[in-house]
Amino acid sequence: MSQPLELPRWLDLFVLPAFNLVLALLVAGLVVLLVGQSPTQVLALLIKGAFGSRLGFSYTLYYATTFVFTGLAVAMAFHAGMFNIGGEGQAMLGGIGTALAALALGDRFPAWVVLPAMVAAAAAAGAAWAAVPAALQAWRGSHVVITTIMFNFIASALLAWLLVNVLKEPGNMTVESRSFGPGAKLPGVHELLGALGIEWPRSPLNVSVLLAVAAAAGVWLLLWKTRAGYAIRAVGHAPEAARYGGIRPRAQIMLAMSLSGALAGLVGINEVAGVHGRLLLDYVVGAGFAGIAVSLIGRSHPFGIVLASLLFGALYQGGAELAFEISGFSRDMVYTLQGLIVLFSGAMAQVAAPLLLRLWRSMQALAVHG
Amino acid sequence: MSAGSAAVPAAVAMKRINKRFASVQANRDVDLTVAAGTIHGIVGENGAGKSTLMSILYGFYQADSGSIEVDGRAAHIHGSRDAIALGIGMVHQHFMLVETFSALDNIVLGAEPDWRLPRARAQVRGELDTLMRDTGLQVRLDLPVEDLPVGERQRLEILKTLYRGARILILDEPTAVLTPQETEALFGTLRQLRARGTTVLLITHKLKEIIALTDAVTVMRGGAVVLDCKTAQTSLDALAEAMVGRRVQLGRDDARAGAATAGAVLLDARGLRWTDHFGVPRLADVSLQLHAGEIVGVAGVSGNGQSELLDALSGLLTPQAGELLLARRRFTPSVWLDPRTARELGLAHVPEDRHRRGLVLPFEAWESAALGHHDSPRYGRRGWLDQARMLADTAAMMQRYDVRPRNPALRSAKFSGGNQQKLVLAREALPEPNVLLVGQPTRGVDIGAIEFIHGRLRAMRDAGGAVLVVSSELDEILALADRVLVMGGGRIVGEMAIDACSEANLGRLMGGAGHEVAA
Repeated sequence: MSQPLELPRWLDLFVLPAFNLVLALLVAGLVVLLVGQSPTQVLALLIKGAFGSRLGFSYTLYYATTFVFTGLAVAMAFHAGMFNIGGEGQAMLGGIGTALAALALGDRFPAWVVLPAMVAAAAAAGAAWAAVPAALQAWRGSHVVITTIMFNFIASALLAWLLVNVLKEPGNMTVESRSFGPGAKLPGVHELLGALGIEWPRSPLNVSVLLAVAAAAGVWLLLWKTRAGYAIRAVGHAPEAARYGGIRPRAQIMLAMSLSGALAGLVGINEVAGVHGRLLLDYVVGAGFAGIAVSLIGRSHPFGIVLASLLFGALYQGGAELAFEISGFSRDMVYTLQGLIVLFSGAMAQVAAPLLLRLWRSMQALAVHG
Repeated sequence: MSAGSAAVPAAVAMKRINKRFASVQANRDVDLTVAAGTIHGIVGENGAGKSTLMSILYGFYQADSGSIEVDGRAAHIHGSRDAIALGIGMVHQHFMLVETFSALDNIVLGAEPDWRLPRARAQVRGELDTLMRDTGLQVRLDLPVEDLPVGERQRLEILKTLYRGARILILDEPTAVLTPQETEALFGTLRQLRARGTTVLLITHKLKEIIALTDAVTVMRGGAVVLDCKTAQTSLDALAEAMVGRRVQLGRDDARAGAATAGAVLLDARGLRWTDHFGVPRLADVSLQLHAGEIVGVAGVSGNGQSELLDALSGLLTPQAGELLLARRRFTPSVWLDPRTARELGLAHVPEDRHRRGLVLPFEAWESAALGHHDSPRYGRRGWLDQARMLADTAAMMQRYDVRPRNPALRSAKFSGGNQQKLVLAREALPEPNVLLVGQPTRGVDIGAIEFIHGRLRAMRDAGGAVLVVSSELDEILALADRVLVMGGGRIVGEMAIDACSEANLGRLMGGAGHEVAA
């Protein structure tokens, strides 16, 4: 039978994504030209803003941390054949879990008790929020895409209700909880490095970044080195084959979606415990949806997701810098750039594949005949 | 054409065709000449390059080098549109029909002679009536395709191709889905078309059909032509040898024919019933027993309950009534067998659809080779997978069942059909189950692998196992089984010892000639 069109691995994994990224930047450059700015200047500023200083780089890593969590969440569900659009809501629940644990324990217990408790509470709350749509899908066939979107709205309402009616301090005009106690404060990276004698500027970057790296490694180990991961991937690729192999798809869907929700929930650790030190309304701001793009560009692989998160973190941070430096260059331009990258590297990732393949073949032919 | 020319030019002349896919040379200096108004067979194992060659002729692929002439004139075929313009038509193995449309609309679709649909229909209908009369291809034009039997759908496909002006007809494995009677009818039609001057190119792996139908035959192996001759000058054995590259032994090994001495009952199913969501009874009171040391064949046209029977016996489907006795355990619908328990009780299952069930195609071979066993203590402690051992076991399976290429890290999808099937069979048979259920053991499998797979199934039987083989290939049933059950409409409509079976009487039962139980 005929061979399907397939790129050699190195082309597929490295050259193609790089090619797509360059393509996205070229088109973005055109747009920048259209609004009357210099593309090279904009690009230089963007890169300088994201990586040019220790402070900028810290911000890049801080944004990337959140994207790693939501990106992994999408990928985890995806490997079980589920499309989890509910990262947004699960992250909100993660924040609520973090806050409740912090408010309950933060004043009375030391950090080594409170911090693990917060992580557990964030993960559990996110997991629970994902488990309901998962169960509805597994037993009732309600499509998980629809239900997880719906759960985003419910989560948002729940958060507002909790803040306004339960957690808000009397007399405080802003909608936020009281500040967490001393035990619930996540150390910032500058504090850690400072303790080691390395001077580092103060930024929102906190130890959650290590948690993100651990989560990426954990997801990789789970999916490819354990029986549970085997079962999850079998269900994701071929539910019928899984059933034939004695794997119960429902159990795997529940497991994968709960883990997915737990990962998204960890956003709460980075944002609520790591940065604000109190529960407030807008700490997720689209990170759940960005996770979809991150996972898409990262090919649902933890390593790719870490790289894609860095890219998105750089865009956020560099973009903020741009909006600050160039007058008339609004935040919307940065969103346009992000959109183009998602379009070229995610949605149209395979469009250039035939072209690359042909180029490569003719190069091979040259090498053989020339 | 000038009246003086002595010889009619060949309908198709492909010369020195080369085509390469990455590392695979799919066609190597292939020459193919098809005389006008003949039926020309092209045979070869999977991967021999016959589909590639036909795809080049039909414009799906471009040859890397070589030339094509159609009716004596150089042809440049860059897409199926060019091919159709040259009078080349193709009927694919999987029908390209819109099931909810009427047969007529399927022909009108894409070839509307008028933008007003009622007029277009009327016009096409008029032309089709003539065409049907001339060719004998009778199709009920007003019925939706989903209500037509498979044979009629195929006639519709041919009719559609002819309507679009095809004088050269390519048929890709046309009999794969037909009963013996439907196959006969198709052959009659093709002979009639030949008499009208149509040239037919028949791609198949069934050598009997080549002998029965074609005027000339081209055998391909490894991308090249290895034999090209008039059918009258060759034989089944010669074709098989050319195709595989060595002598092959197919059919029954007579040493044991009919010698089935019923051993102990290893599986006993009674009164299985299962009705689907649409209220159609798929299993209607099916009972069967499998004894140690026998191969039971289940014949029947696909879709008559064979798949559901396999699913019910392997624990994938819980019937609504009936009971199952297996390894001293009794199962009823309230507590039915599940696939895991089935494996534990020594029942293995080679599923009909190895792409959807037998393998996880994106998995690497070693992962697919552990399907159903990933939880066994052999493959790791606690939650971890012992990848090294799984790789080693897969390598051993590949060695013993001659799976090629012997690369446990290759993705399952990359193996040929025969090698995929050998891998599945190795996984299921090597633990030495008492009962082995096999669905379509050799569907899409090349002849060399068929010989091997049949050999393994016989070896299992000879070692005292009970084997149930469901196949839509009568030849296979006749070659393997000691006892044959025929299914029709969800029931067992006939049961015969192998000695009493012939293609004719089984075909009659499959076609619905009622209940018949021979001694």
